[in-house]
Amino acid sequence: MNDLSTPASSCVDCRQPSRADFRTRWFWGGASLLLGTTILSLALGRYAVPLAELLQFLGAWLGLGNFPHERYALLHSLVVEVRLPRVLAAILVGAGLSVSGAAYQAVFRNPLVSPGLLGVLSGCAFGAALGMVLGLGGAWIPLLGGVTGLLAVAVGVGIASLFHNPSILILVLGGIVSNALFNALLSVVKYLADPLDQLPSIVYWMLGSLSAVESAVLAWAAPLLALAILAMCLLGRAIDALSLSDEEALSLGVPVRRLRYGIIALATLISALTVSIAGMVGWVGLLIPHLARLLVGPANARLVPMSACLGGLFLLVADDLARTLTRGEIPLGILTELLGAIAFVLVLNRVRRGWL
Amino acid sequence: MSAPASGPVLEARGLRYALGPRSILDDISLRVRPGDCIALLGANGAGKSTLLKILLGLLRPQAGEVLLDGAPLSGLGRREVARQLAYVPQSHTPSFPFTVTQIVGQGRLPFTGLGRALGTDDWQAVNQALADMHIEHLAGRVYTELSGGERQRVLIARALAQQARLILLDEPITGLDYGHQRRLLDHLQRLAERGYGILATTHRPEHALESANRALVLHQGRLLADGAPREVIDAGLIDRLYQVKVRQIEVLPHRFFVPS
Repeated sequence: MNDLSTPASSCVDCRQPSRADFRTRWFWGGASLLLGTTILSLALGRYAVPLAELLQFLGAWLGLGNFPHERYALLHSLVVEVRLPRVLAAILVGAGLSVSGAAYQAVFRNPLVSPGLLGVLSGCAFGAALGMVLGLGGAWIPLLGGVTGLLAVAVGVGIASLFHNPSILILVLGGIVSNALFNALLSVVKYLADPLDQLPSIVYWMLGSLSAVESAVLAWAAPLLALAILAMCLLGRAIDALSLSDEEALSLGVPVRRLRYGIIALATLISALTVSIAGMVGWVGLLIPHLARLLVGPANARLVPMSACLGGLFLLVADDLARTLTRGEIPLGILTELLGAIAFVLVLNRVRRGWL
Repeated sequence: MSAPASGPVLEARGLRYALGPRSILDDISLRVRPGDCIALLGANGAGKSTLLKILLGLLRPQAGEVLLDGAPLSGLGRREVARQLAYVPQSHTPSFPFTVTQIVGQGRLPFTGLGRALGTDDWQAVNQALADMHIEHLAGRVYTELSGGERQRVLIARALAQQARLILLDEPITGLDYGHQRRLLDHLQRLAERGYGILATTHRPEHALESANRALVLHQGRLLADGAPREVIDAGLIDRLYQVKVRQIEVLPHRFFVPS
């Protein structure tokens, strides 16, 4: 592409510029790293499984090769029933938060935006806390949290649409109001909660963790989340169009308002689902899209899948640390914020380029 | 690319637009035809931007209508309009470091829609547009790192990639240095000679005199004049529009204004 001597009209090769190849390679590199880390994560834990044995077992489980019968049952319950759901949950939650962060950053044309901007996280926190205080059963709390998360965003967008032709800024203001409202409601619930029993569990839930993933929740949330992430990955070019001003987008034939609300709805659904599965996991949605943008550039057709890949990898590693570093369990949210803050400072100088 | 014998015509009839009690535009009628290179003059607040938005179908006038090749703009689909009518905004800084190729590629959105990636035809149009604006060498560069003049050329290239025959530009030379202004105006003139219909808002009467073949003058929401630049723009008009007394100097075929 940078070759000055090539006449552009004959530049059919522009379709596959070498730079794009290079960026595609980053994606496949990330994907292979994710797969490798997944296998490694299945071996990790209090009861470590030797890697060779694990690979042999996985082969047998997928119907390739044999495995000693007596060990098979043990490894099946350990690897497939205990670790695999948690590993998959970590990947999906990390990918989901990153994808929805990338989408929010594009919608608000601001690289400092994170998925909580319109109130989805505050809403989820309120709903989940309310569920705990009301004494609802385990699977109902995430569901209620998810629903109130969506409700909070609806409130934010609703406030913005009280204005004629709401601008991006009005939408942000709607989000601020919605965040404040649901934070206040959360405080009310905390105030009313039993300080010995309910309050600690609210606080712990808000730190985020995958240690208590309910398989019942995972069964409905995981497929939905995977589908939503896939849909967002396929919407890359549409998301690009949102970086244009409204006038430009409309004059290029893009139905910009419908598109914006559609992307917000999908990103919000993804965020709410991640909270249903893992509680509050901070920083992933802000940090990972930045890293991905460094590697593959700002075009969302590549940025969104790369974010999904890196986000899954990041949260998987964080969760491995959470469950293996100490005898007990470190809440995942604490680790992501620690790791994320450090990583962000390290890449800040590179990230700054282009938008400040 | 050869000039087509004819192209679409943009026509405004009796446009009126008001914000509450304040009238912004009143009874505006005009035409943009293939080969036109129109400079739209007017003081700040004269209604230039509003008129541009109405002509693009982004604002709905309270009275009157805009016709694209005889069909009311309001009845056409956005993508349909976008294939004939392009908009070049003032150069701006997007939040994300897209490359020049990606920005120009957005000009293909009316053809690909939101779902499809660029095909061979689309890439041909993009490369042709880069070549037309002589910015092939910028193709791989990051748009946010370009100078104002380069950005403006990229945005015009995007309009060319859109393959629309009518191009409306919002103050294309504002903020550019003398050389870039000159070259950009030459570009616009050449596009008009090739059969594009060009309308550009401007703050510089000299721009209209040098490079436009028609001048539209907007004053307090009304169309004060519509005609050949040399017949329309003189010291009297400048006094009326901008409340500045100037002396007119003729060095045929040029006309200059100096403070009096």
